[in-house]
Amino acid sequence: MRRRNLEELFFKFLMVLATLIVGGSFFLIVGTIFYKGAPYMTFDMLTKTPGGGFYIGKEGGILNAIIGSMYVAGGATILGLIISIPVAIYLNMYMDGKKFLSNTLRMVFDVLFGIPSIVYGAFGFLIMVYFGLRASLLGGIIAVTLLVIPILVRTLDEVIRTVPLELRDAALSLGSTRWETAKVVLRAIRPGIITAILISFGRAIGDVAAVLFTAGFSDNIPTSLHEPAATLPLAIFFQLGSPIEEVQGRGYASALILTIVVLIITILSELLVKKFYKHKS
Amino acid sequence: MIGYVILSQSGQPINYYIQLMQRIRLLKDKIISKLMLLFTILSVSLVFIIGIGLYYKSIPVLQNSTWGHLLTSSVWKPLKGLFGFYPYIMGTLWVTGIAIIIALPLCVLTSLYIVEYAHSRVRRILMPFVNLLSGIPPVIFGVWGVLFIIPLIQDHIAPHFVEFSTGYSVLAGGIVLAVMIFPLIVSILNEVLRTMPQELKDASLALGATKWETIKKVILRKALPGIIAATVLAISRAFGETIAVLMVCGNNAVVPHSVFDAGYPLPALIANNYGDMMSIPLYDSALMFAALLLFIIILLFNIISRIILSRLERKMAA
Amino acid sequence: MTKDKAHISVQDLNVHIGGNHILKDLNIDIPNKSVTSIIGPSGCGKTTLLKTFNRLHDTAADVKVTGKVLVDGEDIYDPNTEITHIRKKMGLLSQRPYPLPMSIYDNVAYGPRIHGTRKKQDLDIIVEKQLKATALWNEVKDRLHSSATRLSIGQQQRLCLARGLAVGPEIILGDESTSALDPVSTSIIEDLFVKLKQDYSIVLVTHILRQAARVSDYIIFVYDGRIVEYGKTEQVLRNPREELTKEYVKGYIV
Repeated sequence: MRRRNLEELFFKFLMVLATLIVGGSFFLIVGTIFYKGAPYMTFDMLTKTPGGGFYIGKEGGILNAIIGSMYVAGGATILGLIISIPVAIYLNMYMDGKKFLSNTLRMVFDVLFGIPSIVYGAFGFLIMVYFGLRASLLGGIIAVTLLVIPILVRTLDEVIRTVPLELRDAALSLGSTRWETAKVVLRAIRPGIITAILISFGRAIGDVAAVLFTAGFSDNIPTSLHEPAATLPLAIFFQLGSPIEEVQGRGYASALILTIVVLIITILSELLVKKFYKHKS
Repeated sequence: MIGYVILSQSGQPINYYIQLMQRIRLLKDKIISKLMLLFTILSVSLVFIIGIGLYYKSIPVLQNSTWGHLLTSSVWKPLKGLFGFYPYIMGTLWVTGIAIIIALPLCVLTSLYIVEYAHSRVRRILMPFVNLLSGIPPVIFGVWGVLFIIPLIQDHIAPHFVEFSTGYSVLAGGIVLAVMIFPLIVSILNEVLRTMPQELKDASLALGATKWETIKKVILRKALPGIIAATVLAISRAFGETIAVLMVCGNNAVVPHSVFDAGYPLPALIANNYGDMMSIPLYDSALMFAALLLFIIILLFNIISRIILSRLERKMAA
Repeated sequence: MTKDKAHISVQDLNVHIGGNHILKDLNIDIPNKSVTSIIGPSGCGKTTLLKTFNRLHDTAADVKVTGKVLVDGEDIYDPNTEITHIRKKMGLLSQRPYPLPMSIYDNVAYGPRIHGTRKKQDLDIIVEKQLKATALWNEVKDRLHSSATRLSIGQQQRLCLARGLAVGPEIILGDESTSALDPVSTSIIEDLFVKLKQDYSIVLVTHILRQAARVSDYIIFVYDGRIVEYGKTEQVLRNPREELTKEYVKGYIV
């Protein structure tokens, strides 16, 4: 009897320890990034592009990467939505009675979701070579769009499934066509669409491997789709490798900015999800 | 015809204008449905297009060598057209293996604790942080690895075991990856454990088993498919992780022999060499072959785990 | 059309859902401009029957329908029949109110809008008329443009009725439409049914016998997917011909 209890106590201790490690790792990471990045956070960091040449220039900030990230993540999310909303609607509202097929398609999107961004990057690079594009903002947007499509499709799919069938029946029984009914459903899930946008944007803004081959890198803010663009993760990756302290510091500051942006996005989407589900039930 | 009114069977007026509107609406519905079908087919076929595209680009290197040779040779001399992926494959396996060995027990214990033992408040507090962790971009994990894990290994762990280590090692890659896959494993295990029927636990408890014995003998056994699925999914995630691992594991193309050796995983190989790949013949083909390799392995692992999970879901629902 | 002419005519109807035979060889004529109640124990197929009238099964998986359902003489299961036009003829009032995610005004105006009424004055007239017809006008006329979800459940259900009436249907289908409502709202809805039968054919599914007695002219008793008895309300409830009906009316079968 004694031994049994001791064993349980021992494992319970291990469990608490494991929980502390898993939960604590978040604070450890964010803490490290804040500790290293905060000293380099200046107003110039947010408002100036880097000066004095790539990799060695000590002056300026990372406005190029901030704007570049917004362009890439924003462009990819918009393109992704244009493709994903019809797909999610089709899966849910136009495949009535073909449950096996629609579930198989859902699995394909799950699998697509699992494909690593480096493969999307390599494939995006292939597309660019095929069409004779140089590494540019457009190339980055295309690669990241491929990356976010499965995320958007599956998130929207889950959200549409929370809409009660009766609401669809109500619209249909007024004589709506399926498309008109779909518009009603889209109205009903507006908060869900915003959640999907946030999740996609958060994933898009943080990814490196997909933009590494495709977006190029530049100290300037891109003025057209065909110019190379920097993104925050790329700026972190490249600037950290520099031997010059100020450049490294820009890298740490970029890491801090990216972390804050991503945390805000994640928290917002979590809150929205909570509100959405509370509203539903 | 607008305004021309006739009477239908039910005696109500039918306006041709309204009929025309109706036709237009139906046509619109039809066109939109075809468009959506097109989008769906296109995005689903992305899987095949990626696979075919990568394979097509790998043909030159495959003609120059064989699958077997590419996978088992250690000679990497791009200028001579020799591409042996063995060290890279081993680098990937080491890093992934270490990550799973660290993450799996921690995540199983954590999930058991928050589902079976802890107050539901603990779950409500912990899970948002796990979600936040999953939202942190890979490059940030990489920075954290460089700033925190590398010095930790270099100054505090490695000295106990080896004479000298820079810290940049497969162990560092494994630890960083382990933290990255925490959220994935914990959230799946959470779901799996929470769907365990209460009757099952009650039956075991009623036989006089303690809570821990119930967990050990009944719950873990029942949850095994779920744990396997989560592991397989985590492996496939770890396999493809590029930037964070690249930043910390040393990128030395030799087969690692201890956890403190540097390694060079496949994704890092692709990411590090993209700049040169256009100038050396066959090099781009070899890198695309590496991408194809990742793609195939991850595809298989993903499909396996999804099938296990959906079976489990159906079994629990029934 | 005269009063007792069949409005919906069901011929040899069979419905299978996921391998289960839910409705078996049904033949009924549902008369014009009267209230017909479908009663029966839960799970007997009465809601399934109602849904076959406007083909709402189309959205569900694994449903197989054979036989004919004629509405105004037109077979709605004929592949050439255009379904939105059939559904427009029938207003559906479901168990719980499901207002569309828009304002009160837009809920009522939704149907007319999609069917081609665009002018604001026309829509204003329709909205006011239908909200008055469902005794809702006085309660909501000052907040027509606030969200419909803020109304009480009873008000929402009347709004859904108004929304259905606004597309100019000929038939109203009610699927236990009062089961989620309080007694006051229930009696308002019941009164509306009685009033509306002057202009519409009404088919109600209900498991409340007293409600069937209060509002309906005809009763269809369904048991285990078959029609056991069909006749005038008075006759079916007071004087059932079949043994099963007798037991159900007495409350032995629930």
